[in-house]
Amino acid sequence: MNKNKEQLLNKRYKAEQRFRLYGQSAIFMALLFLTIFIFKIFSTGYSAFQKTWLIVPVTFDAELMMLEQNPSNEDLQDADYYDIALKSMADLDLNANEDQENELKRMVSYFFEKEIKNELLNDPSLIGKTKEVYLTASDDLDQVFKGNYPRDLPENQRRVSDYQLKIFDQLVANGKVESKFNISFFTNADSREAELAGIASSFMGSIFSILVCLMIAFPVAVLAAIYLEEFAPKNRFTDFIEVNINNLAAVPSIVFGLLGLGVLLAIFQLPRSTPLVGGITLSLMTLPTIIIAARASLKAVPPSIREAALAMGASRMQTTMHHTVPLSMPGTLSGTIIGLAQALGETAPLILIGMVAFVNTIPGSPMDPAASLPVQIYIWAESAERGFVEKVSACIMVLLGFLITMNLFAQIIRHKFEKKWS
Amino acid sequence: MIKIKAKDVDVFYGKKQALFNISLDIEENQVTALIGPSGCGKSTFLRCLNRMNDVIDICSVKGEILINDFNINDKGCDVVRLREKIGMVFQKPNPFPKTLYENVSYGPTIHGIAQSKQEMDEIVETSLKKAALWEEVKDRLHEPGTGLSGGQQQRLCIARAISVRPEVILMDEPCSALDPIATAQIEELIDELKKEHTIIIVTHSMAQAARVSQNTGFFHLGQLIEHGSTDKIFKNPDNKKTQDYITGRFG
Repeated sequence: MNKNKEQLLNKRYKAEQRFRLYGQSAIFMALLFLTIFIFKIFSTGYSAFQKTWLIVPVTFDAELMMLEQNPSNEDLQDADYYDIALKSMADLDLNANEDQENELKRMVSYFFEKEIKNELLNDPSLIGKTKEVYLTASDDLDQVFKGNYPRDLPENQRRVSDYQLKIFDQLVANGKVESKFNISFFTNADSREAELAGIASSFMGSIFSILVCLMIAFPVAVLAAIYLEEFAPKNRFTDFIEVNINNLAAVPSIVFGLLGLGVLLAIFQLPRSTPLVGGITLSLMTLPTIIIAARASLKAVPPSIREAALAMGASRMQTTMHHTVPLSMPGTLSGTIIGLAQALGETAPLILIGMVAFVNTIPGSPMDPAASLPVQIYIWAESAERGFVEKVSACIMVLLGFLITMNLFAQIIRHKFEKKWS
Repeated sequence: MIKIKAKDVDVFYGKKQALFNISLDIEENQVTALIGPSGCGKSTFLRCLNRMNDVIDICSVKGEILINDFNINDKGCDVVRLREKIGMVFQKPNPFPKTLYENVSYGPTIHGIAQSKQEMDEIVETSLKKAALWEEVKDRLHEPGTGLSGGQQQRLCIARAISVRPEVILMDEPCSALDPIATAQIEELIDELKKEHTIIIVTHSMAQAARVSQNTGFFHLGQLIEHGSTDKIFKNPDNKKTQDYITGRFG
């Protein structure tokens, strides 16, 4: 009898130990996946925050620029920079033939003419002099310099020619290639050229979408939650509404995208590809999330507080507004932020309402066409150029940073403003 | 003088009847205790008196309850005005998670009783003094009310209830969550408060009923078995059930 009992006890301890082990290995697996994921993104993405520049001597030849003596600012604006830009690239190899000159030109971004122009506009006294100017390297050379380019491929399978590589290596050897922090990644809109592409448009697009989403979803959801929780009679009809709100939260996001396409664009003729439409579509998606969070936190307010207020002669409205709603706000707000974070990462509905379009301007309002961060990731991931690979990871890093900040904020609100009641 | 007159009050929770034909008179400026075993309907009856049962969707109340000869179950009765006149203290102390000052000033604020900040300060002070809490909290009026001890919290709830000068105070087992010392303080307070207010107290403790009340009603299974002066109920009850309950044979 006694021995039997001991065996039983041992068995129980062992079962508990096994259970702990399962739990620990589950957590270990989760952390492992997360680490691999983050490591992969960082290791591919970090180089996108660096940009390669070629330092090229440019002679600001007034004759080639078609400039008169003592040119005004306007003359400088209108001057022809193409020839001196071309010449300075061609001068990198004085023996180059025409084909090779063309190749030399393609070693920098097509933006190089403008970079040279800006240099002169900043310092007009450069006319007639020679100065070393920083020119954005082409995306392929950028990758070569970062070591991401397979140089050992046969030449006909590469976008960089042997000749370009030779000149580039000479420049590197002479210290004429430099890597600097990539400001333009944050200030430029999207571009077909990887070296010029930036996230400014999609970042602003995301912010505008989220703001529109917040302004629509938050008031509607909070009012709906307050009414359902505090005022509506509990009957079959309100049960039906409750079930359907929960169903709405489970609807795949692409369905909301179709709704946006079919209703907002087709019927209401709202401007396509804009954060306005994106935000409205996302707000439909966020609405049930906020309603559920707000109702849960209203439910969590102890009934004794409501009774106390009612017994003091407060009306239902006063009880709700003075006591229940303020007490439920921390939970509601953190639910809202989590809902918005979900919306921020949403891609499918935005693709359907046209926010997948190529946008090379930075939106100034929700009515301007824009991309959004997740859609930008999708667009870049689809692009063939090698230069976009690191941009995809970098954009993911920005998006993740954004999301983590929002979730952190939700946590802080929950912990700091949560009131304790006896 | 009779303050509250209940006539044939029936209460239903959905289809289940919780109170049967309750008729009870409550004397002004006296303490009336409602006793009886758990689930006998004494709290339900108490909540009829300030229409707190309205909050429960499935609850319906029939019959007349006259307060100052006015039937509060009439359609024309405004619950906000009613609850201003009839305060309530609950079983578990339930101060608002706000400052002590805000707790006490809440009633006067929503009913527009104080005309100025100064007047409000006076109301808060006198209410807290009457609730015998002033000396303990006068230096921390702007700290949260939830930081007080259980007994202090309950006295804060009493201060909150009397801040609007109600004619009647309903107390639903106000001491059941408190220790004996805090209970003694509240009982003393009840004795003091009956000078200005009519008090109805639901209690589980017969000793407490005997100590604080002048009149007692005994409830059992939704019926008012017997009511009368506390002396009579405790010393010489008419009904056998009352006798059994008082002597601890059941309940």
